[in-house]
Amino acid sequence: MNHERIVGTAVPRKEGREKVTGKAVYVDDMVLPGMLYGATVRSQIPRGRIKKITFETSVAWSEFVIVSAKDIPGKNCIALIGDDQPCLASDSINHPEEPVLLLAHPDRHALRKAVDAVSIEYNPLPAIFTMEESERGSEIVWGTDNVFKTYLIQKGNVDDVWSRADYIIEGEYSTGAQEQLYIENNGMVAAYDAKQGITVWGSLQCPYYVHKALMALCDLPAEKVRVVQMETGGAFGGKEDYPSMIAGHAALLAMKSGKPVKIVYDRAEDMAATTKRHPSRTRHRTALSRDGKILGGEIEFTIDGGAYATLSSVVLSRGAIHAGGPYYWPSVRIRAKAVATNAPPHGAFRGFGGPQSIFAMERHMDRIAQVVGLSPVEIRRRNFLQPGQTTTTEQVVRELIDLGKLLDRAISVSEYQTKKQEFAIENGTGATKKGIGIAAFLHGAGFTGSGERYLSSVVGVEGCADGGVRILVSSTEFGQGTKTVLCQIAAEALGLRYEDVTIAQPDTTEVPNSGPTVASRTVMVVGKLVESAARGIHQTLKLSGMLGDSYSAEEFRAACQAYVAGHGQLRSWAQYDPPPDVFWDDEKYRGEAYAAYSWAVYIAEVSVDLTTYSVSVNDFVALQEVGRVLHPVLAIGQIVGGVAQGIGFALFEKVIWQQGRMQNNQMTNYIMPTSSDLPPIRVFFEELGNVHGAFGAKGIGELPMDGPAPAIVNAIEDALGVRFDSIPLMPEDIYDAITARSLRGEDEVASVIR
Amino acid sequence: MRSDPKDYELVAPGSLQAAVGLLARSPGEWLPIAGGTDVMVQYAAGKLPSRKLVSIWNLAELRSIEVLANEIRLGAGCTYTNIREHGVIGREFPMLSSAARWTGGIANQNRGTLGGNIVNASPAADSLPALLAYDAELILISVRGERRLPYAGFHAGYKKTKLAPDELIRAVCLPRRFSGYVCHARKVGSRNAQAISKVCMAALGRVAGQTVEDVHIAVGSVAPVPLRLSETELMLRGKVINESLVSAAKKMAVAEIRPIDDIRSTAKYRAAVTGNLVAEFLNLLSADGKA
Ligand SMILES: Cc1cc2nc3c(=O)[nH]c(=O)nc-3n(C[C@H](O)[C@H](O)[C@H](O)COP(=O)(O)OP(=O)(O)OC[C@H]3O[C@@H](n4cnc5c(N)ncnc54)[C@H](O)[C@@H]3O)c2cc1C
Repeated sequence: MNHERIVGTAVPRKEGREKVTGKAVYVDDMVLPGMLYGATVRSQIPRGRIKKITFETSVAWSEFVIVSAKDIPGKNCIALIGDDQPCLASDSINHPEEPVLLLAHPDRHALRKAVDAVSIEYNPLPAIFTMEESERGSEIVWGTDNVFKTYLIQKGNVDDVWSRADYIIEGEYSTGAQEQLYIENNGMVAAYDAKQGITVWGSLQCPYYVHKALMALCDLPAEKVRVVQMETGGAFGGKEDYPSMIAGHAALLAMKSGKPVKIVYDRAEDMAATTKRHPSRTRHRTALSRDGKILGGEIEFTIDGGAYATLSSVVLSRGAIHAGGPYYWPSVRIRAKAVATNAPPHGAFRGFGGPQSIFAMERHMDRIAQVVGLSPVEIRRRNFLQPGQTTTTEQVVRELIDLGKLLDRAISVSEYQTKKQEFAIENGTGATKKGIGIAAFLHGAGFTGSGERYLSSVVGVEGCADGGVRILVSSTEFGQGTKTVLCQIAAEALGLRYEDVTIAQPDTTEVPNSGPTVASRTVMVVGKLVESAARGIHQTLKLSGMLGDSYSAEEFRAACQAYVAGHGQLRSWAQYDPPPDVFWDDEKYRGEAYAAYSWAVYIAEVSVDLTTYSVSVNDFVALQEVGRVLHPVLAIGQIVGGVAQGIGFALFEKVIWQQGRMQNNQMTNYIMPTSSDLPPIRVFFEELGNVHGAFGAKGIGELPMDGPAPAIVNAIEDALGVRFDSIPLMPEDIYDAITARSLRGEDEVASVIR
Repeated sequence: MRSDPKDYELVAPGSLQAAVGLLARSPGEWLPIAGGTDVMVQYAAGKLPSRKLVSIWNLAELRSIEVLANEIRLGAGCTYTNIREHGVIGREFPMLSSAARWTGGIANQNRGTLGGNIVNASPAADSLPALLAYDAELILISVRGERRLPYAGFHAGYKKTKLAPDELIRAVCLPRRFSGYVCHARKVGSRNAQAISKVCMAALGRVAGQTVEDVHIAVGSVAPVPLRLSETELMLRGKVINESLVSAAKKMAVAEIRPIDDIRSTAKYRAAVTGNLVAEFLNLLSADGKA
């Protein structure tokens, strides 16, 4: 089936040379004539009302540009899904990092003292910091009930199953906030000119999100707002919504001062103020038959959205849809809820709700296995979704996925069975206990449900005057390989060389809206559109009689040059067209949740050192079916990086909160794993192909974030015989649990058998 | 950077004499900066109160390593890389080499100095337990001359030292009398590299059969200052290592320390791990006696 010359090969990264030679231009490298530097004065208290703002006389305030909410020409909000988040607080404060004032000065060093010399007095109000407090409702901090969004997914009649069940197994699982920790902090430069309007250049994922937010904030028409993405040093979802805030701030300062303004956060501000992964809590109640088959269950999935709605509803949706894992549920009821607390809003982070609910599902599967008396392998095998069956949203699995086969292969390459036996013997003595754990999971690619239909993405491909081909998309490169893979797709579709294709730097005056660069949608959805737009170029050249059906790269180049010389322009557009058989009910949350899923089985091997209670991951097998792999090196890179981030999520990365503020907002004390904390990560692909994606590709970017945490915690339970249902799992927690167990000494599992 | 460079002054006198001369003229006004790996972290965070800095980086007088018959004299300006690369230190003071290897990353090891680690006086500093275990002595210098004092007792309290405002540490002296000792050092950080210790230990000892002849145990990150566990040592000397001695030593070690809950760990975890590390060391010592 694979006759392709370019997709499937490891071509060099399009922007790789610039990056490694230091020529790539990031936002902080940009200097415009007369440019000022901007800084943000933040609230410091979790909740209250602003009483009075005082400017201490130690600072020469006349040198500063000062912007408050009063200076906002348009609507004081960061337009996204709902418009509840103010750009600058004018009265109410709802979290401790809320922007109140903006300052700008020609000397960036002068800003810190000025920020510190603004003192704000408040009438404080009681604040809430946990999901439980929010649910109790004793303080209403958002809307009428602290609830941003709820979903109810129902399949079959779950109320019937309890009386038939041989086992009813309950569990509660939780996950913590996680910081994206992209290498490059957030930053923006803005320039304003009454005729041209506002232009911002920045580190961002979604140019058209920023565009929309600036139109509303600055009260400008679309053509007077221009957003340009600069080279972006990592994002992981962390540059999905917050860049609109910073762009808004820079724009307001630029409009007021008439000068270009740069705002670049330092690490401490970036970590404290910008978004993180939503903390979550999942409750499972599952009915099983004697032979270990799921009969039905109830799942309650709750996330902490922080102070404003931002993306919480969408994160919640993905989390809820993934909550049942890759298993067949004859009946299920999933209740999902995003609640408000007085912390900075949580946002997008690789996996987007999936890693949270999948952690719960996969920990719960091991618990079920214990109660039923089956192995973790067997319990999964008996419940895997099969082609023809339906998911929790009643989507029929049409892909010919064989999860049992994936499981067998993962078991074999990880030597799971041998290791299980070895560890059982070795663990008897010695201060180190070893264990091995499995996680099986799926991840839907593209926007959820009708999302892609609403987005209705457009891409362009252009034949250039020099005969080369250029791709026009707003999809952004932030290290993951967007530029490279889209160029591969266009080159493949047109039968050109990889070098013949380039891609425009996203600039809203130049590129159409191909949608946000999120949700593992770029290669599958945007790539498919690039493929068809590219074919359109060939069509045009063919119809004009300049090119036949088969041609060399040189002939193509000549035809393209001649066409542009004659017609001025050669462009081809493609717009997303939903597949006809796709059905999704937004009300009932039922139907085809995703056009395609990627499937995976991950196996982690750990050892726990009982001298220090610390966990080492010694070996990691990541096996997945992701459709066609278009670029093997980048694809492996995505998996390895995702697994590393997953290890951080499970064992290292703990946000220490106090009164809604992150206390450890430095890389010294917010611990992400280094290379010396990582095992060999062995990556394996199965490639079934996919009719919806370019050359058979599916989503790959988020998938590897889902599996590591449960696989690792399952392995830790295997090593110690102690259950852990909450991450991040720190050595201190392991110490506490071991001490508590030796004090208690009873078998917990027994208590749940019915 | 949360500080304004205009608020700071930096001079680089170029010789040790000139540096101590400057300190003597207005004691306490000038802050020495060696590798800057602690000072610049404070500067970047906008938390460096001293506005006048005197650079002692790379002063030849502070960078020598002298191997004498009975001791090694290590210039206070030696970097972790200098320490790691030194053969005699590696052979005779392996716990100091290990501490140097565990400190930060390569860039930090090229810049950070032993003198800086001592005077910065963090209870979590990684090389300090090794200095305590090896009975290090310090040579301090000022225009008034040099004085020599044991390193143990140099830390007067949390982030306080016995250094006079006009003094610098000139050298660290390590007595060459630990050949034949079993030593065991371990850093327990929040990850395997680039981590601040939650507990660190450097211990050495000698047994005859199973009888403890001599033992030094030093721990970091579990009290306001790095600590020698002198009562535990006293209790161990002359005793036969067995299970009950090990568990008594664990208990006594835990009683000697003053760990706290902080952003990095908990007091009870630190106490338990300290006990476990002491036990691990005693088991190694015992194994050596059996070999
Ligand atoms: C990324 C990073 C990682 C780190 N990791 C570790 C680690 O793992 N373990 C660890 O222990 N530390 C670590 N540190 C801290 C630091 O590197 C060490 O404490 C180092 O030894 C400090 O030495 P310096 O020469 O850079 O000190 P400086 O910052 O120059 O000075 C520190 C203090 O010592 C004083 N001082 C320096 N030399 C003298 C002298 N000769 N006489 C009198 N006073 C003097 C200075 O006045 C100042 O008060 C790390 C730091 C960074 C930035």
